[in-house]
Amino acid sequence: MQLTKRQKEYWQRTIRFTAILLSVWFVVTFVVSYYARELSGIRIFGFPLGFYMGAQGSLIIYVIIIWFYARYMNALDQEYGVSEGDETDSAN
Amino acid sequence: MRRYYALYAGSFFTFVLALGILEQHGMPPRWIGYAFLFLTIILYATIGVLARTSNVSEYYVAGRRIPAIFNGMATGADWMSAASFIGLAGTLYLTGYQGLAYVLGWTGGYVLVALLLAPYLRRFGQYTIPDFLGARYGGHAARLVGVFATVLASFVYVVAQIYGVGVITSRFVGLQFEIGVFVGLAGILVCSFLGGMRAVTWTQVAQYLVLIVAYLAPVTMLSFKVTGVPVPQIMYGQVLQKIELLEDRISSDPAEIDVRRLFLERADELAERISGLPGSLAVEKRILSARIDQMKNSNAQMRDIFALERQRRELPKNADVARDRWDSLMRQATQRGGELTRHAEAFPGIDEVASNTARINFIALVFCLMVGTAALPHVLMRYYTTPSVRAARSSVFWSLLFILALYLTAPAYAVFAKYEIYSHLVGSSIAQLPGWIGAWGKVGLVSIEDINGDGILQLAELSLNPDVIVLATPEIAGLPYVISGLVAAGALAAALSTADGLLLTIASALSHDAYYKVFRPQATTQWRLVVSKTLLLVVAVMAAMVASQKPATILFMVAWAFSLAGAAFFPALVLGIFWKRANKAGAISGMLIGLLVTLYYMVRVQYNAIPWLGIHGIGMEPWLGIQSTSAGVWGVAVGFITIVVVSLLTDPPSTETMNFVESIRTPDFSSH
Repeated sequence: MQLTKRQKEYWQRTIRFTAILLSVWFVVTFVVSYYARELSGIRIFGFPLGFYMGAQGSLIIYVIIIWFYARYMNALDQEYGVSEGDETDSAN
Repeated sequence: MRRYYALYAGSFFTFVLALGILEQHGMPPRWIGYAFLFLTIILYATIGVLARTSNVSEYYVAGRRIPAIFNGMATGADWMSAASFIGLAGTLYLTGYQGLAYVLGWTGGYVLVALLLAPYLRRFGQYTIPDFLGARYGGHAARLVGVFATVLASFVYVVAQIYGVGVITSRFVGLQFEIGVFVGLAGILVCSFLGGMRAVTWTQVAQYLVLIVAYLAPVTMLSFKVTGVPVPQIMYGQVLQKIELLEDRISSDPAEIDVRRLFLERADELAERISGLPGSLAVEKRILSARIDQMKNSNAQMRDIFALERQRRELPKNADVARDRWDSLMRQATQRGGELTRHAEAFPGIDEVASNTARINFIALVFCLMVGTAALPHVLMRYYTTPSVRAARSSVFWSLLFILALYLTAPAYAVFAKYEIYSHLVGSSIAQLPGWIGAWGKVGLVSIEDINGDGILQLAELSLNPDVIVLATPEIAGLPYVISGLVAAGALAAALSTADGLLLTIASALSHDAYYKVFRPQATTQWRLVVSKTLLLVVAVMAAMVASQKPATILFMVAWAFSLAGAAFFPALVLGIFWKRANKAGAISGMLIGLLVTLYYMVRVQYNAIPWLGIHGIGMEPWLGIQSTSAGVWGVAVGFITIVVVSLLTDPPSTETMNFVESIRTPDFSSH
């Protein structure tokens, strides 16, 4: 199977976007947790920030990452004319 | 479909309300328990029977027609097990910030599922995870290693679920534990036996609704009672601040300090006795005998003499038993005498070093749980059931959203329960404790020991099993018994739904991958389903038999299952998609070495943690102080390195394989 230029480009863009989102995931998960002690001085809704991120903040960012990924990839499919278009789904 | 489930949710509410009214009119609690247990199982069974099928695609992947939102709900129920439902809030209560590793790990893993695996597995579009390994790496070896790891990780997990069912039925309905296990087994089988994935998915949607209502209802009412606002997820920040003040007050209370000192003294005394074995056992016996004689001579109460004689009878039979028992008592005493855990403090420790060890363990556990989440076959399999790649992507979004409803609430549960206990229970008279302490004390989940004998409850004198937090919150908050029944039904739904998904995964791996693909490719489709259903029955009965033995270390084994699954699957799956050069030799050696390193680390560190067995020669110091539950950190890293190194040293994969990788990476461009 010979890859077309458009196909290569599609894959490059997928990879790039995945890498960006994964680095957000990495920072939110590991970097923030690593500095949880230092963040405890700041308070948000009564929580120390380190605790808040572990209990709620990071979780909400995870959902947003996944929502954003689904949205971006669906748009990419449309742009390259390979959208399956077999349903209306409500994640967008 | 939506209409059916709206109708279903409506009738469920009516049912709960009707039982609540009946309770007001004097319906006994036992009957409420029965009603919840049997009516919900009958409901799941009805859905299971209605969705029965003998079509292969329907059986393994529900005909690939499950809409994204319902697949999300089913994945949520599949994912949230008895451990999440019952255990998580209790763990957070006991360990505070450190327990958040579970919350982070079990949700953040879905980012990996969404970005790295789900869409590609759906585009591949077969039936199981070993299917993917077989197609990507060629030959039967990779597939069989996959089958082995699937069965290993899933079986341990399913035993834990059936065990959970036994606990719930025996506590709430008063069935004997062993009978409860088999009632639960029947409930599991009616869903998965006839209809496979199709039936399991639709019952899981129903189970999700029951479990989430059951989880949210009591804590919402408790939040309303304490703060006046029924949104526990937001309000517990304020309550957390109050807890911090209470913690200051409790830890500076002289009686509390005294109690903790007494516990530490007891621990020292036990340590001395252990080091004096076997002589100290004889001394202990002599002291008791002398006291009994003395009491007999002084005309003491017969009851006291009997009590001492029983104590003497129950002394350990030999030095090994004594060492076991005293060691666990010593650990308990040390724990109870230790510093109060501050709920919101990150990485507590007596000094910088201890605090840094807590930090690295926190991060390692988060990593293992995330990678394990993204590698457990019963979760990944679900994304084969959506109609399209696009639906698979949004299905992960819905999965996580539905899962968050529980995970955002669990820390609130812990904080509200802690507030009630710190503010109302601690410092009250032991003679006048609320009824729930006695009720849960009877089943051994709560115990109180007035060690300083002042008749007042100090915090260190109260010992709670983590499971009690969710199960007893309705009573702590003074809610009617019908809410307790609802919580039991929710816990049951959580355990049953996870067990269904796991059993089906094991049966598919064995029947589809091992039997059909490797040993007997000429088998007819009908025969394959017969084999699968038979295996399902056999595995279910085996799991129930193991569970009825009450294996004590079950929760520990569940944490191991995550590490094992992560080390076995994650590197091979991810590199299989993102690195074309990965080949068969690399994948097989990577999976095996990853598994072996994980097992090796678990066993050696675990042995080291039990120094009194005298096997220091085999045990080892944990690397960087990481506990055995996070052994997957090493397994996953070694797995990645092995796959890369071995693949580069051997021939690149065939053009055919390269084309296969291209085909799952991007959509089909040729038809456009």
